[in-house]
Amino acid sequence: MHHLELPSYLEQSDEVKDRFTRLKQRPVVLEVKGLNKDFEGHQGTVTALKDINFKTHKREFVCVIGPSGCGKSTLIRILAGLETPTSGQMLLDGKEVHGPGPDRGMVFQGYTLFPWLTVKKNVMFGVEMAGRGKMAAEEEAMQWIELVGLTKFAKSYPHELSGGMKQRVAIARALANQPRILLMDEPFGALDAQTRAKMQNYLLEIWKNIDITVLFITHDLDEAIYLADRILVLKAHPGEVEELIEVPVPQPRSPEQFLSPEFLATKKRLEELIHPVETEDDSNGDHLNMVRMVSVDDDVESVF
Amino acid sequence: MSSSQWFAVRKELRPRSRVAITVMSFILPLLIWSLVSYVPWIWHPKVDISDPGSVPYFKEGMLVDREVFDKESVTASEQGAALPQGAPANPIYLPAPHEVAAAFYTAFSTEPKRRNEKWLHESLWDSIQVIFWGFFLSSLFGVPLGILAGTYDFVSRLFEPFVEFFRYLPAPAFGALAVAILGIHHAPKIAIIVIGTFFQQVLVISNTTRKLDPSLLEAAQTLGAKRLALLFKVVVPGIITDLYKDMRILLGWAWTYLIVAELIGSSSGITWFITQQARYKNFDNVFAAIMMIGIIGLTTDLILGWLGKRIFPWQRQTARA
Repeated sequence: MHHLELPSYLEQSDEVKDRFTRLKQRPVVLEVKGLNKDFEGHQGTVTALKDINFKTHKREFVCVIGPSGCGKSTLIRILAGLETPTSGQMLLDGKEVHGPGPDRGMVFQGYTLFPWLTVKKNVMFGVEMAGRGKMAAEEEAMQWIELVGLTKFAKSYPHELSGGMKQRVAIARALANQPRILLMDEPFGALDAQTRAKMQNYLLEIWKNIDITVLFITHDLDEAIYLADRILVLKAHPGEVEELIEVPVPQPRSPEQFLSPEFLATKKRLEELIHPVETEDDSNGDHLNMVRMVSVDDDVESVF
Repeated sequence: MSSSQWFAVRKELRPRSRVAITVMSFILPLLIWSLVSYVPWIWHPKVDISDPGSVPYFKEGMLVDREVFDKESVTASEQGAALPQGAPANPIYLPAPHEVAAAFYTAFSTEPKRRNEKWLHESLWDSIQVIFWGFFLSSLFGVPLGILAGTYDFVSRLFEPFVEFFRYLPAPAFGALAVAILGIHHAPKIAIIVIGTFFQQVLVISNTTRKLDPSLLEAAQTLGAKRLALLFKVVVPGIITDLYKDMRILLGWAWTYLIVAELIGSSSGITWFITQQARYKNFDNVFAAIMMIGIIGLTTDLILGWLGKRIFPWQRQTARA
């Protein structure tokens, strides 16, 4: 369709190359080693994740992307400690972790704010759980609320906020615990396109200004390229690492880059990986059985 | 307003229409009752004798079946004797609205027939105490157990099968046993209410607890909440509004057990008053007393509903109690 001459997504400018060299020299925050996850289903064992290995460096922004059923949500839930892997290890700062903990903050697609707490109390929740005094927690919380620009809404309840605002509170709540890594499970999936774009910029802004490593799950290719340093591409059935792509789009990111050659080249590569061209014998019967149904006296030949 | 607006599926009516219909829901039954009571040709199967005429066994103020009255009138006219006179009337067990309305006052002012009997307000107070203690004791154990059963599979497996079985045993069946163990005063009545409420309460509350969005618990865990903190900082506040609604419904059930409970041992409370008044054929008092139960129940519920909105400010304004 498009005959644009795109560079290879593997081509990196010196600036970008230099950044990746420096990034890889930073300490490893999260390391996943030989992670497997099987589910016992009605039709026997289903392998959701198979031999996942990757490393995330300090202050890196990693996006995980893959077709539906590739187990990306399972992966992040295992990393958050909400599910146990069948085998394999995950190391945080070199130490093995089990079960959920405040060292790995999580932002869910469904906001999951506590409806009975005000914005401020929601953000204070984790800080208080850590055993900090109420006063300290309150002070801490207000700083994070200010960071996400919701100071005016500190006393509001979640149901009084819009979706984007709720997700900002959820981010503040996760960050207030000062986790080593922020896990985000399609956090902007439920938002409309405009709010989503705004939230992406907020997130980048926050990421720039604080010491946080982000692992972000999405199914939106543009979102992945726009946000990530590196993109972990999974493939489905079973969920395996297909490729770890170093995004050649220079940092800092801005919306104008959506049409830059590097951006489009990366997108093309992702398209190839995630939506491969279906071959004839690949048809598994999942298609519309199209017959043209118009009345005999319909004088419109075709909609075009 | 067209009919399509009145019957729009799952759409709220305009506030004024809503109030009008709420009033109507009380006016309609009252209207039917009034029609039956005040319109002589609707029902009225009896005749209230005002003048016995020549019929020897008729007396003034006596209620006789209309057929009997007609037959005696025909007989009297054939014999040329004085005709009995009377007006159509309803059976004694259906007093007219104004009589019941008056009874709301007179029931309180009527002195008990015997010295050891209680005034109506004393009987009512007895009933309220029995309800309160029964519901309180049931909730004291039922609420925590329900929450625990809804939270921990272990507690659920341990208690719920038995509770499930026990709730099918009718509470009144334990009447004799309760009296044998607890004596004849308030205690066995409270026990019946506890038995009637507790088992339902555990199941209803454990179900409510299970409906808590599990992602809230997951979120809390990723924020560092553990065991007890999860229970007290997430589960309890998370279900408290639904729990409160459950309690209001359960309190209504407790009232339905009251009547049975009060017949056990020495009859007491509002039930004693009702049976006593029915024995004296003061059906206006009976109706008034029954309605008082309804009014007390509805008022408590409305007050609790109003309170709930104040205690739980995070409830959506649109969620009507």
